[in-house]
Amino acid sequence: MTEVQYVAPGTLDEAVRVFASASGAARILAGGTDLLVQMRSGAVRPGLIVDIKKIAEMTAIEQGADGSFRIGAAVSGAALREHAKLKAIWPGVVEAANLIGSTQIQGRASAGGNLCNASPAGDSVPAMVAAAATVTVQGPNGRRQLAVEKVPAGPGRTTLAKGEIVVSFTLPPRPKGSGDAYLRMIPRTEMDIAVVGCGVSLTLDKGTCTAARVGLGAVAPTVLLVEDAAKALIGSKLDAAALDKAANACRAACRPIDDKRGTIAYRTQIAGVLLKRAATIAAERAGRS
Amino acid sequence: MNAPVSERSDNKWIGQRTVRPDGAEKVTGRAAYAADTTMPGMIWGKVLRSPHPHARIRSIDTSKAEKLPGVKAVMTAKDIVDFPLDKSVMLGIQDMRWMCRNVMAREKALFAGHPVAAVAAMSEKIADEACKLIEVDYEVLPWVIDVEEAMKPDAPILHDFIKFEGKPSNIAGKIEHKLGDVEKGFAEADVVIERSFRTKPVHQGYIEPHACLVSVSDGKATVWSSSQGQFMVRAMSAYLTGLPQNDIRAIPAEIGGGFGGKTIIYLEPLALILSRKTGRPVKMAMTREEVFRASGPTSGSYSKVKIGAKKDGTIVAAQGTFCLQAGALPGSPIRGAAGCAFAPYNIANVHSVGFDVVSNRSKVAAYRAPGAPLGCYATECVLDEVAEALKMDPLKLRLKNAAREGTKAAHGPVFPRIGFVETIEGAVNHDHYKTPLPKATNGRLYGRGIASGFWFNAGGESSAQVNINEDGTVVVITGHPDIGGSRASTANIVAELLGIDYRKVSVLIGDTSVIGFSNLTGGSRVTYASAMVATQSTEQVITTLKERAAKIWKIDPDAVVWENGEARPAGDNAGKFEPLTLAQLAAQATATGGPIGAGKQLNTTGAEGGFATHVCDVEVDPELGIARVIRYTSLQDVGRAIHPGYVEGQMQGGASQGIGWALSEEYIYDKNGKLDNAGFLDYRMPVTSDLPMLDAVIIEVPNPKHPQGVRGVGEVPIVPPLAAVSNAVYNALGTRFYSLPMSPPKVLEALQAKSKA
Ligand SMILES: Cc1cc2nc3c(=O)[nH]c(=O)nc-3n(C[C@H](O)[C@H](O)[C@H](O)COP(=O)(O)OP(=O)(O)OC[C@H]3O[C@@H](n4cnc5c(N)ncnc54)[C@H](O)[C@@H]3O)c2cc1C
Repeated sequence: MTEVQYVAPGTLDEAVRVFASASGAARILAGGTDLLVQMRSGAVRPGLIVDIKKIAEMTAIEQGADGSFRIGAAVSGAALREHAKLKAIWPGVVEAANLIGSTQIQGRASAGGNLCNASPAGDSVPAMVAAAATVTVQGPNGRRQLAVEKVPAGPGRTTLAKGEIVVSFTLPPRPKGSGDAYLRMIPRTEMDIAVVGCGVSLTLDKGTCTAARVGLGAVAPTVLLVEDAAKALIGSKLDAAALDKAANACRAACRPIDDKRGTIAYRTQIAGVLLKRAATIAAERAGRS
Repeated sequence: MNAPVSERSDNKWIGQRTVRPDGAEKVTGRAAYAADTTMPGMIWGKVLRSPHPHARIRSIDTSKAEKLPGVKAVMTAKDIVDFPLDKSVMLGIQDMRWMCRNVMAREKALFAGHPVAAVAAMSEKIADEACKLIEVDYEVLPWVIDVEEAMKPDAPILHDFIKFEGKPSNIAGKIEHKLGDVEKGFAEADVVIERSFRTKPVHQGYIEPHACLVSVSDGKATVWSSSQGQFMVRAMSAYLTGLPQNDIRAIPAEIGGGFGGKTIIYLEPLALILSRKTGRPVKMAMTREEVFRASGPTSGSYSKVKIGAKKDGTIVAAQGTFCLQAGALPGSPIRGAAGCAFAPYNIANVHSVGFDVVSNRSKVAAYRAPGAPLGCYATECVLDEVAEALKMDPLKLRLKNAAREGTKAAHGPVFPRIGFVETIEGAVNHDHYKTPLPKATNGRLYGRGIASGFWFNAGGESSAQVNINEDGTVVVITGHPDIGGSRASTANIVAELLGIDYRKVSVLIGDTSVIGFSNLTGGSRVTYASAMVATQSTEQVITTLKERAAKIWKIDPDAVVWENGEARPAGDNAGKFEPLTLAQLAAQATATGGPIGAGKQLNTTGAEGGFATHVCDVEVDPELGIARVIRYTSLQDVGRAIHPGYVEGQMQGGASQGIGWALSEEYIYDKNGKLDNAGFLDYRMPVTSDLPMLDAVIIEVPNPKHPQGVRGVGEVPIVPPLAAVSNAVYNALGTRFYSLPMSPPKVLEALQAKSKA
């Protein structure tokens, strides 16, 4: 019978040390809403579990002097929702994280776990990608920063090296006239997994789109940053032609699979529909900011 | 909504929403379900299941598993009583030839998930590991799952012993109902519409997985399990293990849903055999994945229905063929499909045929009105087209042809007083039907559909015992697991008859050793049948109470009446003695003749059919292909609502399951014939937020053959929704779907094809 060892270090350095020096399979535990399910089904059998929720830096939300936000990787969805300022400035990121699971799941599930679980359908990831979030990673060789879209490597796989832990997300300072939004297509109304997810973040200046980023989920082995869609939006007044062009760029970027959750044709078509709807909501929010 | 008749009558308890006797225990987590029972020395059983949808079992080597430390016993089909294929042994509708092969594969594994061996070990984990050490030598065979594929002449044959029209076939049975002459009827019709329909298998989706604890000691077995019938558990376990029934005591646990899926057993005989081998109590519990792979579901189907009507809307002929997927062994609910499809209507010429088709998936289990939703789906969708062709309101078309008292149904009976017309009239006059649909806005489209439906309902064997306690309170014991509120209903009835507060009546479910034989909780029969035995037992108790009062007063028992919970002198003696309450009589029972109580056992008859009409509004997002129900009203003749809260619960539950069947639920198989969505994430049962408040309108046309006027309630509500939702989606989109579920990719594809055309 396999024994599971559980540790809950109080500092990041200690967490990295035990995590990196584990001899067998080790896993970080944030909310555990993926990890515990996977352990129960037998999909993963870690010998060591490192709980990161006792580390202050990983459970805090801070706003920098420049207006940027630093969100600890283990902050729960419920805590994100409670942060009024974050919610006002990054409604898309917060709504994406809040779509995860139910009230019970929200009390636990973190954006860090969502990212590191590396499901192409993770809901918070496309919104983070659209928001141009960077992640801070700490490992045996110190700290480094990378763009959020560089973390997933494929379904269930990340680019993190052995012993590396995602510490936090940083959302950049927000120019005036900015807004973001995340939409997902699920057959049910909740408790479901995204068939397609789309995050859009943009900045408007007198009705003209001056900056935009688009993240697409569940249409490829990893969440995608769709630069062509952003290009189609930038410089436009988000008129029908620009939205159509951006929607088609999203469709062109799709490399989905046919499976029980949706067909290739369906996912591809929906990616464009969600782009238009999310861009419209983001623009409306930008107008109010 | 009007208050139901029973609430307006003089009744004190019948028709009241009394507090549920099982409610507090359930919401506080104290109710003991099947997996909650443990015993000292208990060990765990686990099942090894076939990975192949179809394979001959050449040999099974259990030696490595037996040697694993902690393993106490291993069993295979050899340990189960074999019922030879050439002789049918029936228990209700289940044939033991099939059951002995269903609980464990014998000659062949017939579906991916079919049990091939079981292990008992000190822990679940060891049992799991031991299962992996069992070596099964399979000869993998070609397989077929889909019902139409299975009927093709070149389809892989599951069972050599099944022949249809002289040839080996997967068609295991046929049912046929005929009335009049359909050819003649169609010749008279002005409009004839014929369509084909396809549905996917759907699971009952009960939240509690199958589980049991079995302890065999001194050759006698005690079984704790969750089922829809402890007597069924006892009888089937007896058949499959060879124990006589008096050596098995089956104790029903609180049940976390069944919907028909717990009218057969899976684990109990295995646990019994493992306990017999080890001398230890053995517990077994399925995972959700096992529930999906190896229990239930209902049939997938292929149907063809043709209906002919005259210009004035008179339906002159109806013809239907219903092919139902039975799964690994025969027994699909063709009787429900072929029998219920046309039963709501007075049609002179009917020809209805059902085919029972085996294929390589888990054996079908009953699911709420088994088969009827499939028949109704086809008929009610075709009727929608007939109404459209005739430019007639769909409810008017149904009203014109509705079965009434005296109508002869194709499946046999001549209907007595029934309340079908009232359900249609109720729909016509309901605020829902009179309220216009929302206007298309924001690209959303709206549609309304209606459908009616019928279910046979059932009587059958029931037993009850009513005992007056020394303090004047009452204990009633019945023999049916309560899955829909039968304890509350029985308490209401007994309290009403005795004239006492319902809180003085406790209703318990007896195990097989304390109450007489009672048939399954199924067929919408329990409140119907247990009300009859409880009524007759209570009446006998009242006779005794009057005799005791007469004895005390030294007058003739005929001169005593029972009123308002007390014996009163009547006739010449009226007013001569102080009335005696139930409590007073109970206190004097020993002196007046001993304990007071009575039991009754009946094979009940007279359960007349039930009818409903449903109205459904949908909103469709055509860009995403999502259809959602935004308003739903079901109107049903329930005879009499003994406990309206539970009746509404049944109506709402059936509607929500039917909506799931129509829009999102389906078994999806991968290319290897293995179920690909064996969990609630990808088996998309609606969640609460998917549905609006489901309006339930209770209509009460009392059943003249029942003491309280009861008709079965629990199954009719799942019959109309498949068609009601389909008709609503058509109304919204102008595109008809002839297959379920109407999932987003399917809807979007159809809309795109239409816009291209
Ligand atoms: C009922 C239910 C509903 C759900 N619904 C949704 C949904 O709608 N949308 C959705 O996207 N997901 C959903 N999920 C999945 C899950 O809740 C999310 O992915 C969640 O964000 C995971 O966060 P967590 O903190 O619980 O992660 P954990 O389970 O703690 O971790 C997930 C994985 O990431 C690793 N990990 C966690 N944090 C770090 C870190 N800081 N550094 C390195 N590795 C780390 C863990 O080792 C593990 O492998 C659902 C899950 C359940 C059980």
